Amino acid sequence: MLSEKIIKQLQRIVGAEYVSTAKADLICYSYDATQQQYLPNVVVHPGRTEEVAQLMLLANAEKIPVFPRGSGSGFTGGSLPIAGGIVLAMTRLDRIVEIDADNLVATVEPGVVTEQFQKAVEKVGLFYPPDPASLKFSTLGGNVAECAGGPRCVKYGVTKDFILGLEIVTPTGDIIRTGGPTMKGVVGYDLTKLMCGSEGTLGIITKIIIKLLPLPEAKKTMLVLFASIDGAAQAVSAIIRGKIIPTTLEFMDAATIACVRQATDLDVPESAKALLIIEVDGDREMIDKQAQKIAAIVQPLGVVETRIAETSAESEALWQIRRSVSASLRKVNPDKFNEDICVPRSKVPEMIRKVEAISAELGISIVNFGHAGDGNIHVNVMIDRKRPGQLEKAERAIEAVFKGALALGGTMSGEHGVGIMKSPYINLELSAEAQSYMETIKKALDPNNVLNPGKIFLQR
Amino acid sequence: MKKLKRLDEYQEEIAQCVKCGACRAHCPAFGAEKHEGRVARGKIALADALLKGEVDLEDKFLLDMSQCLLCGSCCAQCPNNVPTDEIVAATRREIARRRGLSTFAKGVAGILSRPELMNLLAKSGGKLSTLLFKKLPQSSGLRLRFPAPFISADRTLPSLASTPFRERYPEKIAGAAGRPTVAFFTGCGINYMYPEVGVALLKALQFIGVTVVIPAGQGCCGLPAVSAGAGEVVEQLAEQNLKALTATPVDCIVTACASCHAGLGKVYQDFGAEFAPLTANVKDIFVFLVEQGLVEKLAALPKAAKRMKVTYHDPCHLRTQGITKEPRAILKALPQVDYVEMEDAGTCCGLGGTYSVYHYDTAKKIGAKKAGFIEESGAALVATDCPGCIMQLQDAVNHAGQQQRAVHILSLLMEALEEVREDK
Ligand SMILES: Cc1cc2nc3c(=O)[nH]c(=O)nc-3n(C[C@H](O)[C@H](O)[C@H](O)COP(=O)(O)OP(=O)(O)OC[C@H]3O[C@@H](n4cnc5c(N)ncnc54)[C@H](O)[C@@H]3O)c2cc1C
Ligand code: SF4
Ligand code: SF4
Repeated sequence: MLSEKIIKQLQRIVGAEYVSTAKADLICYSYDATQQQYLPNVVVHPGRTEEVAQLMLLANAEKIPVFPRGSGSGFTGGSLPIAGGIVLAMTRLDRIVEIDADNLVATVEPGVVTEQFQKAVEKVGLFYPPDPASLKFSTLGGNVAECAGGPRCVKYGVTKDFILGLEIVTPTGDIIRTGGPTMKGVVGYDLTKLMCGSEGTLGIITKIIIKLLPLPEAKKTMLVLFASIDGAAQAVSAIIRGKIIPTTLEFMDAATIACVRQATDLDVPESAKALLIIEVDGDREMIDKQAQKIAAIVQPLGVVETRIAETSAESEALWQIRRSVSASLRKVNPDKFNEDICVPRSKVPEMIRKVEAISAELGISIVNFGHAGDGNIHVNVMIDRKRPGQLEKAERAIEAVFKGALALGGTMSGEHGVGIMKSPYINLELSAEAQSYMETIKKALDPNNVLNPGKIFLQR
Repeated sequence: MKKLKRLDEYQEEIAQCVKCGACRAHCPAFGAEKHEGRVARGKIALADALLKGEVDLEDKFLLDMSQCLLCGSCCAQCPNNVPTDEIVAATRREIARRRGLSTFAKGVAGILSRPELMNLLAKSGGKLSTLLFKKLPQSSGLRLRFPAPFISADRTLPSLASTPFRERYPEKIAGAAGRPTVAFFTGCGINYMYPEVGVALLKALQFIGVTVVIPAGQGCCGLPAVSAGAGEVVEQLAEQNLKALTATPVDCIVTACASCHAGLGKVYQDFGAEFAPLTANVKDIFVFLVEQGLVEKLAALPKAAKRMKVTYHDPCHLRTQGITKEPRAILKALPQVDYVEMEDAGTCCGLGGTYSVYHYDTAKKIGAKKAGFIEESGAALVATDCPGCIMQLQDAVNHAGQQQRAVHILSLLMEALEEVREDK
């Protein structure tokens, strides 16, 4: 519980209507996509940077934990108020401040929804490539804090590759700026990159300066069905060796195809044991040629069938296959643990075989799909929680998968972050020294541990 | 007849929500007021907490539950098909069960369940309207004032018809031999506010030789009562309509109102197998007209020399049932129409049953977005397939100070058919 006095002070800072301790509101800000629930003491909706700064001054002085929250679509619990305190909902800060077409730079507030921003820049012929599958509802602030990625990362990179500068409120209540609207800048440490992926533990992002690209003229989508996962994986390397970097290279393994086939009227021959959805973008004359070239490159690798979309409706239908995966999996099994390991591109088939072995050994179903182009595999451990022993098996499977990925030089999270869900496993990936290096930064910047405490690192 | 499901019977559906947040992209109530309590995910969490006894009927809870248009936009996009509209409606019934209906809901329930009252209101409304509705000197001439309690003074409302539609026609209007017979479920919007849409529907069916039955015993579909949480009224109306609509054998039951289509076709499914002859037989008028080959007939007409730009608004209750092509097909085939698609034609207009009465401010915000898309499309008319949407769209356009008119597609269809007759 927070004292009446603190609540009054919060009300003075942001305005009474933007501070709530009503139970209904606490419930609405108690969860995220991990489906875990922790009630905060108060929900605050700030409207300006200065309000955020004053709030942090107060929280730091009173040692009240503060949990920044975008849309609450995180998969690792980054926004969960695990220690009560204040949920700082950033959704009112949702202005697109400027789109500067001369310099290909935009400035936005953190509560802007990713897709809204993409649509706004596309209207003036510009392009913001990072495209997490949650782009219709996640915020740019949350994207920066998690360094979100998506299918287009193969060609264009992840969120941090597009962030030029930030305005930040520090855990002790100062307002600072990092980077700026220039394409170059090397004065001092690169705090912008440090903030990207810091999961709301080092500062609250209140403005974002974003790099833009010219919007490609057109795109072309194709679906390639393979007789084996090896064919699909070799295809990825072969395409890139062929000097084409597709915009996206999404893959689905045999188990995923089977799920989708079971849940929808997907029309794919039984002999297809893996598939790739490949998209290229660029000048109109270029992409037709590229699509033909890709088809030729992959043909010897056990291709069952190649479908190239001729219209945007056909392209949409191909993407629909990819988008139906999530719901299809759930129809087959009620509970799903979605991990997002990443391995070097060439190690994808080896990783898939490891996962298949783990699945067979433990007798639970695991399906894989994801971004083949950058080795980011969504490993979905499917169980029925209600059946005894299944949860334990799932946990064992997840640990084995992480270890397998690390052994191949990979990482246990390509895009979802650590939060509270992966902190129990962090020792597998980070040495004690590396963790201590990071924790030293955290302690120096947030001496009272008030900003998003209990995330990333195990409480020691 | 089965009763409507209680909230505690929705436990399984509530558990299906994985809190992904995808509904945030599609919920009009959330779009207007970016608060988690407004979105499907929040309401499901609250319904769950109510069932578990973790929250009581405090003001914020009631506010969030009232902030839902029951538009079903979230359900149509939810990866797990969580029926939030049904869960919210059940929660409202639960609220009513625990603490009685609100005064307003009582009013709605009282009027809807008694057609004689509706008729009376319509008749006096028709006469009173000249006194009550003061025309504002606006260029569109459509700004009306309606100084009734709980209805905001700056809202555009159509005047009530002095003679309700159903009183103007016999119960059966014969068509050509060998052609289908349909029952016309008018709904309140057409019966009391837009009788000319009903007239247009009859013209269209006459044109293709279809026999029309207008069952006298029909009442309100019950959707406003669903929205108000008045479960018993819904049940009573459903029973009455079942009797009225299955008394004469027909090939199908047509509606020209998206909400009625959802009421009869979807809500009534909960009442069990005895309602199947009704629910399975309901058809939106344009689905029927397309099946009957009207598009081809219209396409054969010579295009008018002077055409107007028309865009289409998808009523939520048709869009979420997958009915999007047929109304457009008819509209595009009309000789006097140059069809343009507006951006986000499928987003809610902001009416939502009793929602816009409780929350006129947010309804206006939702409407303002829509008005912007209509303006950008360059259309002179925005056509749709639901009297409620027409009312809300006109209000939104007027508030934005724009010039467009909101019309039913049937009105445009009638215009085209009258042209044909004059040519002959
Ligand atoms: C269906 C689905 C698909 C997804 N697909 C992808 C995908 O393809 N790629 C991917 O990378 N992720 C994906 N995600 C995960 C998630 O959407 C991303 O992590 C996203 O970036 C989170 O944004 P959010 O606004 O919801 O942030 P939240 O979940 O609210 O918060 C995430 C973290 O950011 C912090 N934070 C939020 N705002 C601020 C701020 N202004 N300042 C400082 N810290 C802040 C929070 O404290 C928290 O630690 C998916 C999630 C779902 C549910
Ligand atoms: S209602 Fe559906 S879309 Fe919304 S959070 Fe729940 S599962 Fe996701
Ligand atoms: S039914 Fe409509 S208003 Fe209600 S939660 Fe769903 S999308 Fe929002």
